[in-house]
Parts: sequence; C-alpha cells; structure tokens
Amino acid sequence: MSADQPHAAPTDTPVLSVTGLDVHYGKRRARRQALHGLTLTVAPGETLGVIGETGSGKSTFARTVLGLVRPSAGSVVIDGEDVSGHHPRQWRALRRRGVVQYVFQDPLRSLDPDLTIEDSLTEPLLVRGVARPEAARRARALLDRVRLPEDLLGRLPGELSGGQRQRVAVARALITEPRLLILDEPASALDSANRVQILDILKELRADGVALVLISHDLGSVAGAADRIAVLYQGRAVEVGPAADVINTPQHLYTRLLVSSAPTLHTAAASRTEREALRALLHA
Amino acid sequence: MTTLSQEAARAETRPADAGPATPPVLSVRDVHIHDRASDREIVHGVSFDLTPGRTVGIVGESGSGKTLTCRATLGILPPHFEVSAGTIEIDGTDTATLTGRQWTELRGSTISAVFQDPSSYLNPSLRVGAQIAEVLRVKTGLKRREARLRALELLRAVHLRDPELVYGQYTFELSGGMLQRVLIAAAIAAGPRILIADEATTALDVTVQAEILDLLADLRESTGLALVVVSHDLAVVAQLCDEVLVMRQGEVVEHGPTRTVLDTPRHPYTRLLVDEHESYGLDRFLAPKEEAA
Repeated sequence: MSADQPHAAPTDTPVLSVTGLDVHYGKRRARRQALHGLTLTVAPGETLGVIGETGSGKSTFARTVLGLVRPSAGSVVIDGEDVSGHHPRQWRALRRRGVVQYVFQDPLRSLDPDLTIEDSLTEPLLVRGVARPEAARRARALLDRVRLPEDLLGRLPGELSGGQRQRVAVARALITEPRLLILDEPASALDSANRVQILDILKELRADGVALVLISHDLGSVAGAADRIAVLYQGRAVEVGPAADVINTPQHLYTRLLVSSAPTLHTAAASRTEREALRALLHA
Repeated sequence: MTTLSQEAARAETRPADAGPATPPVLSVRDVHIHDRASDREIVHGVSFDLTPGRTVGIVGESGSGKTLTCRATLGILPPHFEVSAGTIEIDGTDTATLTGRQWTELRGSTISAVFQDPSSYLNPSLRVGAQIAEVLRVKTGLKRREARLRALELLRAVHLRDPELVYGQYTFELSGGMLQRVLIAAAIAAGPRILIADEATTALDVTVQAEILDLLADLRESTGLALVVVSHDLAVVAQLCDEVLVMRQGEVVEHGPTRTVLDTPRHPYTRLLVDEHESYGLDRFLAPKEEAA
C-alpha cells in the first residue's frame, strides 16, 4: 500500500510509448512545428512528470496522446495498440473503453454541472452496461479512495470546494480502471492543503499499476511526485531521466535554468548570478 | 538546515531589525480591516515595519487577508471595507489623516504597487511607452520629450532588451513577463520608496518569474527600494524576503525572520507549507545539497 514501495519495474511493457512524434499546426506559410521527434515512454505504475513552459509543446503532447491532434510523423502506442493512425470512430471506441483518462486543471471543465456527483461517477460505467447497484457501489468505493465523504454523492459540482471537485474529477477518471491517466496541472488551481492531498492520492495510485503523466509548467510543483521527469523546450524533450538526476545534475542548459529558477525554501537567492549566466548562454 | 546557516541568517537580519538608525518607511501597527457590508472583521491585526532596502513577505491563500492588507497600505480598500483599528504610517505620516488628494500624491511617488494581471492595468489602445511617460508627466512634471527619455531609461532599468522597440508597442504585442516589466517600470517611474508586489509573478512561467524576482532584487539593491512581496507560495517569498508573515483567515499565524520561519515553523499551517515543498517540491532533492555549499 505504501507509495514509497518499489513499483513496476521499468522493463515492463510500457503503457504509453511515443516515438519520433512530429506535430505541425497551420497550413503552408503559417505552418509551425509544435513537436520535434518527441520520444517518451511510461511504464505501468510509473509517474512521468512532463515539464514545459509556454510554447514547449506539453499541451500538444497531451492532445496528441488523447487523439485530439493528428501527428504528422511518429507513433503513439497505448497499452500495445498503435493509435497514431486511428480514425475518429476508433478513437471513440478507445475512449469508451476508458483505457486512457484525462484530468484538467479546472474540474469544472470535466464535470457536468447539472449531474450529481453520483451520476457523474457512475455514467461511464452505465454506458458500458454495468448494472446501477454495482456502479453505485464502485462510485462509493472510489469516493472513499480520494478521501471524500459519501454524503457528497447527492451534491452538484457547484456545491463542492475546488479541492473536492478536483478529487471527484480524479475519481471519475479512475472509475473505468484506466491504464493511463493524464493530468494537466492537476494541482495548480488548489490551495496548499488540497495540493498535497491530490498528490498523495496520485502517489497511492502507482501501487495499482496505473501509469500517470503529470503535466505542469512548474518543475517545483510536481518534482516530488514524479519518478521520471521529461523537460520539454521548444517542442523537444531536451532532458529525460529520474527526477533526482534531472534536479540534482541537470545536463541541458534549459533544464539548468529551469532548476535554478524554481523557487525553493533552501536555496533562496543563492543562484541569481548562475541564472543570469544561464540566460545569457541560452539566448545566445 | 544547518545550525550554522541558521545563525548566519539570523545574524544577518538582526542589525536591521534592531537598527534604530533607519526609521521605517512603512509601519503597519495592529491593523484591523472591517467589512461594513457583512459587518464582519476580515483582517484581525497585522503589524510589520519596513525599512529602506529591506523586504517583507506576506504568505497566504486567497481569502487570507493579504491583499486587503496591501490595499489598506495603498489607501485603495474596496467599497464597504475600512481600517477599523490600528495605524499605517508611510514615511512618518499617519495615513488616517490623509485627504483623498494627499493619498493621490503619495501613491506612485512614495508607495507604489504591481499586481497579478499586468495587462489589466494598461490601456490596450495606447503604446506602453506613452503610458509610462504619462505617469512621469503627471507625477514628476516632466515635459513631453524628457518624459519620453526617462521612460526609455526605465524600460532599460527593468531589463527589457530593446527599450526603443517596446516603447512603441501595444500590450497585445508583449508577453506576460514583458508586460509585468513595463508595469514595474511605470510603478517605479516617480521614484517611490516602497513597492508592493502582490502575486506579481503568479501568472508567469517559472523562468520568467525568476527574472522578475531577480529584477526586484536588483532594484532593491540599486535604489534602496523597500519591498512588500505577497504570494501564496512560501518559496517565492523565501527568495527575496528578510522577514515573513504567514496569514490565514485574516490572522497572522506566524511572523519572523524568513530563515527562522522556514527552518523552525511553529504554526501547523506554516508547517504544511514547508512540508509541501519538502515532500513534493525541489526541496525534496535539494535540501541535502545545502550542507555542501
């Protein structure tokens, strides 16, 4: 049960495997490349932190894995199935199976404001033909897992606090027992207590073999929750490695700037001159 | 982490704290803020002193009263809100005695501020440089041409790479970080002694946030500006501040030298903020490195 236990070995068949991914937006002259040969894998039970700032391509990466953007080259393999050439109909089938789930920064976007929490949670199961009592039982179990009281089941999303809503969104994403969960800034809009709670819950999921992709602009906010970190910069993964290595011995110039820019409690203003030097080098 | 560095940090903060030679440029004494609409007290007593070249940080969630406290020191509390007890002294003047006109004179020239969303403080249909020049003409009485030259200097002072180009640009042509620099340039245009930065870097990318925080540190060193840095993130405050106040639900739950608060947090809420960084932030990896440094 402990989140710190060693989990799935990296030799396991990856749940997500992205290879040589190119994505372009726009046509002819306005054509711009958002991803350049992106290659990443996520093993079962592994949490990959994908860190990137504005324009890094992190959202394009998520949208491509979810089938919302079609890559111009490369492949996306989810749980052994190559989905890069999928038609919208095949994507819909894949989504209905709930193999991949997604949690947004703002849970109001992923929860229907007119559905009670119970209906929101059970809906994905009911469309799969699960009987209502069984669906309701699983909804209650999941609510417990995200540490919410059962009496929230009858409420509407608007009646919940932001932190509660985000936990409901995580519960809803988990109800189809996905192999891969993609979370885009899941904790950024929350206060400190709720941020910690969400990250604690995500940590516990690793024991179940769910693969997590934690996307954020802020290295500091997810560093401790990720096993490995991929740093995206201008559409390229400039550095991928175990979290501790990326943070303690960053190799790429941009990663070094990112690490020395992230506010921390213990290094304080020490790295100001280092940052200035790195900026000068990076922009040269 | 180490006792040595703790003591060094404490020793560093002590002389200025105790220093009778430098009178505070901003003195907030047990300020209470009351909401007349709901007839409730929202801020229950905030006190701090700020001397030139120093920085005080206020940390708290939304609703903790940190922004209301800032607004009170700027004399811009929203309707219905009033300072119901305590005093705020700016440069020796009790602000309770100020008329509207005197407040207007004080703002910009003695105390100034930048907030979270820079674009909402700039006119989208005017060139940004002209907006800084306008501040200079109104606040310092400079002529049109002088104001332009001074505005260009200010754009350079906030490390914008091509001041001439930026001067003639509109808000939509600039990134969030550039806009915040423009706002800082406007805020320091009339040479204030106090600058309040209320979540000024919250909406920015981390590398850009660091650039803005470094800029504030530069300005503090080069001009003796006194800073109030307000953030929901304890680590942001730790970058710049000598002293930190932790606020929660209108209450100051902890107040002390930054190093002391970080190393030996006493209130459970402060401990929660520290724990978050130590379990999920970079501090989880970086903390041991400090001993080596």
